Amino acid sequence: MEIFLQQVINGLTLGCVYAVVALGYTMVYGIIQLINFAHGEVVMIGAMVAFSVIGVLMKTGMPPLLVVAAGTVVAVPACMATAWLMERVAYRPLRNAPRLAPLITAIGISIILQHVAMMIWGRSPIAFPQIVKTHTFEIGGALITNVQIAIIVISFTLMGALMFLVYRTKLGVAMRATSQRQDVAGLMGIDINRVISATFVIGAALAAVAGVMIGSYYGQTQYTMGELLGLKAFCAAVLGGIGNLAGAVLGGVLMGLVEALGTGYIGDLTNNWFGSNYRDVFAFIVLILVLVFRPSGLLGERVGDRA
Amino acid sequence: MNLLELHAVEVRYGGIRAVKGVSLSVAEGEMVCLVGANGAGKTTTLKAAAGLLPAAAGAIHYAGAPIAGMKSFELVRRGMALVPEGRGVFGQLTVAENLAMGAYVRDDAAAIAADRERMLQLFPRLKERYQQSAGTLSGGEQQMLAIARALMSRPRLLLLDEPSMGLAPLIVERIFEIVADIAREGVTILLVEQNARLALETCQRAYVMESGAISLAGNARELLDNPQVREAYLGE
Ligand SMILES: Nc1ncnc2c1ncn2[C@@H]1O[C@H](COP(=O)(O)OP(=O)(O)O)[C@@H](O)[C@H]1O
Ligand SMILES: [Mg+2]
Repeated sequence: MEIFLQQVINGLTLGCVYAVVALGYTMVYGIIQLINFAHGEVVMIGAMVAFSVIGVLMKTGMPPLLVVAAGTVVAVPACMATAWLMERVAYRPLRNAPRLAPLITAIGISIILQHVAMMIWGRSPIAFPQIVKTHTFEIGGALITNVQIAIIVISFTLMGALMFLVYRTKLGVAMRATSQRQDVAGLMGIDINRVISATFVIGAALAAVAGVMIGSYYGQTQYTMGELLGLKAFCAAVLGGIGNLAGAVLGGVLMGLVEALGTGYIGDLTNNWFGSNYRDVFAFIVLILVLVFRPSGLLGERVGDRA
Repeated sequence: MNLLELHAVEVRYGGIRAVKGVSLSVAEGEMVCLVGANGAGKTTTLKAAAGLLPAAAGAIHYAGAPIAGMKSFELVRRGMALVPEGRGVFGQLTVAENLAMGAYVRDDAAAIAADRERMLQLFPRLKERYQQSAGTLSGGEQQMLAIARALMSRPRLLLLDEPSMGLAPLIVERIFEIVADIAREGVTILLVEQNARLALETCQRAYVMESGAISLAGNARELLDNPQVREAYLGE
């Protein structure tokens, strides 16, 4: 029972990060039906930039929390700029091209971003400075750290803020209008290029915070970290029903829980044939199972006829 | 003064010329219609005027300035509004949100609220369904929403593309009454219709379009009596 609760706590923490990243995938897909494969790399850039800023500031003797906050404050605009540029330079010229073209471009962008990051921050894993002192609390025999609590609280705050933006502000309504009928949105006086840029940039801001959270949680980062994380978050978005914001949140949290519980129990279940090093497969198994029975995802309305 | 003026406008889809040198004008305060059979090129002409399609040749002037290269959203900011063919409501947005998008280019909150009240008085059905998603409305209600939404931008020129399409005669009549009221309030209107009789009875001037070109033009009443028009478009 303690193991179960412990894995739920770990899974929820991880799932929150997946959810925040998945929102970026789902928003962009919702508005231009593009799977932005480079989104995982935006998360990585966020982690890397924050790492650099934290590395410099921690020597100044500033309070640790403030240092991490400063790292995030720099990472957010850096990621926003990256995503803005990516959309402007790579995706916009292909807006009316066959679907395969932007998809391949997205893969290309993600490789380019990885290599740029490799040149700046090197090949090897970097220890993400754990400067915030970890406190551990006990609930029902399981342990939860202040970092985990912070990740969960920040994630849900971000999700709430995004929902407010999308459902309660003029920009948000314009985003939803644009995702339904681009031509008619233009007839309302909406500059759809600006709305699409805004969508990328908002997703990137979330990605930046996710990068800092995952870096702080795992205590390390590397130029390839966006790959698997991005893939899992993308799967979370598909699991929930791509294009659907609530679906991305649900998919992300489920993904995290399945991964943690699977990792916790795989040894017992398979008589130690498989160990916790198989943790990355669980998420994908669930994804495949769900898609077999619900091709449009858990909360998706339309059947996935779009590539 | 001519608010909208098309001069020898040509519009192509790839290699196909759908509009072949159309010239027409709508003066400020006028209500003009463009009638013609299905496939004549009416929608294409309207789309070119609204900046949704580029003109391959010729010139379009709106409020005295050429619109070449302007996008539709820029024209909306200059007071043009198009109610598209098939209504184009945002089905997953509520009636309220659709109306809010109509006022997207404005930021005078108090005046927007007043206009919204006026629209809900004009179209009581929309008031009943204010928080419902637009996709759940009937065809007639969607058409009313599309018109109300266009009016929320306080347009100087209103372009309407087949507002009668697919609607029951009673609803069509009601919609035409409202369009006539809007015109009386001083909004300039260019109405595209397949329902030639109703359009000619409602408008002052008319153009008849046939295979991408204007075949007849003139006073709407006179066109109603024109034997050619009677035979081809009024089914007599
Ligand atoms: N998107 C398009 N691509 C190719 N041809 C089109 C397109 N839209 C319309 N057309 C053609 O252009 C001509 C004019 O169409 P349209 O302007 O819609 O006529 P109307 O509105 O008078 O019914 C028709 O022959 C139609 O088939
Ligand atoms: Mg038409």
